[in-house]
Amino acid sequence: MKPRSGSIWLRLATIGILAFLYIPLLIIVLYAFDTDRSQSWPIQGLTTDWFAAALANQSVGDALVLSIQVACAATAIALLLGTLASFAVQRYSFFGRGTVSFLLVLPIALPGIVTGMALNATINATGIGFTTFTIILGHATFCIVVVFNNVIARLRRTSRSIEEASMDLGADTLQTFRYVTFPVIRTALIAGGLLAFALSFDEVIVTTFTAGTQETLPLWIFDHIRRANQLPIVNVVAVFLILLSTIPVYLAQRLSSDTSGLAGR
Amino acid sequence: MAIPPLSDLPADAGSLDRATPAAASAVRLEGVRKRYGDVEAVAGIDLDVADGEFFSMLGPSGSGKTTTLRMIAGFELPTAGRILLNGEDVSNKAPFERDVNTVFQDYALFPHMNVGENVAYGLVIRKVPGEERRRRVADALRMVRLDGFDQRRPSHLSGGQRQRVALARALVNRPRVLLLDEPLGALDLKLREEMQIELKAIQHAVGITFIYVTHDQEEALTMSDRIAVFNQGLIEQVGSPAEVYERPATAFVAGFVGTSNLLQGDAAERVFGTAGTFTVRPEKIRLAEPGAAVAADEISVDGRIREVVYLGSETRYYVALDAGSELVVTQQNLVTSSMEALAAEGRPARLIWKRQHGLPINA
Repeated sequence: MKPRSGSIWLRLATIGILAFLYIPLLIIVLYAFDTDRSQSWPIQGLTTDWFAAALANQSVGDALVLSIQVACAATAIALLLGTLASFAVQRYSFFGRGTVSFLLVLPIALPGIVTGMALNATINATGIGFTTFTIILGHATFCIVVVFNNVIARLRRTSRSIEEASMDLGADTLQTFRYVTFPVIRTALIAGGLLAFALSFDEVIVTTFTAGTQETLPLWIFDHIRRANQLPIVNVVAVFLILLSTIPVYLAQRLSSDTSGLAGR
Repeated sequence: MAIPPLSDLPADAGSLDRATPAAASAVRLEGVRKRYGDVEAVAGIDLDVADGEFFSMLGPSGSGKTTTLRMIAGFELPTAGRILLNGEDVSNKAPFERDVNTVFQDYALFPHMNVGENVAYGLVIRKVPGEERRRRVADALRMVRLDGFDQRRPSHLSGGQRQRVALARALVNRPRVLLLDEPLGALDLKLREEMQIELKAIQHAVGITFIYVTHDQEEALTMSDRIAVFNQGLIEQVGSPAEVYERPATAFVAGFVGTSNLLQGDAAERVFGTAGTFTVRPEKIRLAEPGAAVAADEISVDGRIREVVYLGSETRYYVALDAGSELVVTQQNLVTSSMEALAAEGRPARLIWKRQHGLPINA
C-alpha cells in the first residue's frame, strides 16, 4: 500500500526539523574527536586525546563537581518545596490560593536575566556573599516550578477518595502516604526531579549573577570558548553536558509517558 | 502460638473488644448534625440500623444522605450528636479506627495496584498472614465473580468490573457494616439492574449490615429491608419499602417515592369529604367510563383525560378533575392497544379507587 502524499510531506517535514535540531549537536560531537585544534570542516582525523586532556584538566573537574553538587541540591530543595506547595494548593482551599499558585509558576516565565539581577542585588544587599549556596538558591527558583507542575498535574487527576479508601481499609495517615499517596505521585516526582536536575545542570544566565568567582560547567564553557587553544576541550565538555542532560530528560519522558504528559517546561 | 484461621471465627473477629450487649444496633445516630459554614447539611438525625439489615438512605442530591454516610465512615466529623457502632461511641474516631468499610461512588481503586493487591490491601494493613490472606482474597473475588482477575490493573477493567473489585475489597475485611455510596450510579441501566439483584444476594450470603445511599427510589425499593427518606438534612420517614410506598408519611415522601398524586384543599374536601391532604398511587386508580357503577367501599371522581402517555407495558393518563386539581392514573395495557389508549385523550372519564387507597398524609 502506498502512503498518501500528505503523509510523505509530513515525514519530510519531521525529518527536516529533527535534522535542524540535531545536526549542530552532531557537529560538536564530531569536533570533540577531531585531531585538529582549529575546529574547521572537514575534520582531519579521529582521536580521543582531548577526552584525556579534559579529564586531566583541574578546572574542568572542579566545574563538573560544582555543577553536580548544585544540581543535586537544587533538585532536592525543589522536590521538597515543590511537593509541599502542590499539596497545599491542590488539597486545601485558603485565602490567596490562586495567587500562590501563580507566583510559584511565574519564575519560569520571568527572563532569567531579571531573576539573576534581582538575586544579585539581594545577595549584595544582605551581604551573605557569593557561594555555592547562592547558586543553589538561584537554581531552586525555577526548579521548584518544574516539580510543582508535575506533582500538581498528578494530584489533579488523582481522586481524593483513594486516600479515604486507604484509611477506610485500616491504614493510618502515615501508612496511607506510604502505600497510596506516595506511589501514586512517585513517577511525577521522579520526572519533575530529573527535569529540575537537567535544567539546573545547563543553566547559565541566573548562575552568572549568583556564582561569584566559582564556575559551573556551563560557565566554564562560556569562559573558555573564546580561548582558541582550549576549543577541543570545550567541545569535550559540551559532549559531557549533552549526555548528562539527555539522560534525565529521556528518563523523565519515559516515566511520564504511561501516566501523564510532561508538565512544566 | 498458632493463629487460628480467621474463617473459623465469627465474622466480626477482626476487632478486639466487642463486649457489648446483643441488643445494640449495628449503627445508631443520636441527634447528629453537620454544619459547613452557614449551611446545615445534616440538621439533626436519629437513626437505628439493626444488625444484618439492608438499609437504604434515599433522597435527592443535597439532602444530607451522603454526608451522613461519610460521618458513619469517619471521613467527616459531626458538628453535634453521637454516632455509635455496635454500641460503641465512635463519633470522633478516625476512619481506620472504625469497623466499617466503604464502597465509593467512583470506586476509589488504587491505580498502582492490580486487582489482587487492591483486594488484599485491608488484610495486609491488618497483618493477616499470607496463606490466610490469599485464600480470603480468592474467596472475595469468587464471590463477585472475578476469579482469575488478580493480575489485572483497574485501568483495564470495565465500570461494572471495577464496581465488583471495590465491593470485594471492602467485604474481604468482613466489616461489621458496609457503607455503599451510590455504588451503581455510574453504570448503565441494564448493568445496574443486574448488580442490584447481585448486591442483595451477596448481602444475604455474608449477613453484613449494608447501608446504601441512593437517589434512585426504584433501587431503594428493590433492595432494602428498610428505607430512610432524606430531605433537606432531615429524615422524613423510616420504614419498609411497602410502608414508605403505600403509606408515605409526608407529601415529600409521597412525591419522591413514586408519583405524588396529591389532593389538597377544596378538591380534597369534595372528593374525600374531609379537609386535609391525600394521596392515591396512580396504579391503584381504575379508569372507567363516565357514570360507571361505584361499589360501597370505593371512591369515585369525574374528570377529563388531558394527556395520554403510552409506555409499552402500561399507559399513563393525566386526568383533570372536575373538582379541580389533577390526578395521574396508570393502567396495565392488558387488552388495550396503543391506538385505543391514545384515542382516550380529551374524553371524560370516571376515576375509581378503593377507599383504603386514599391516604391522608402530613403536608
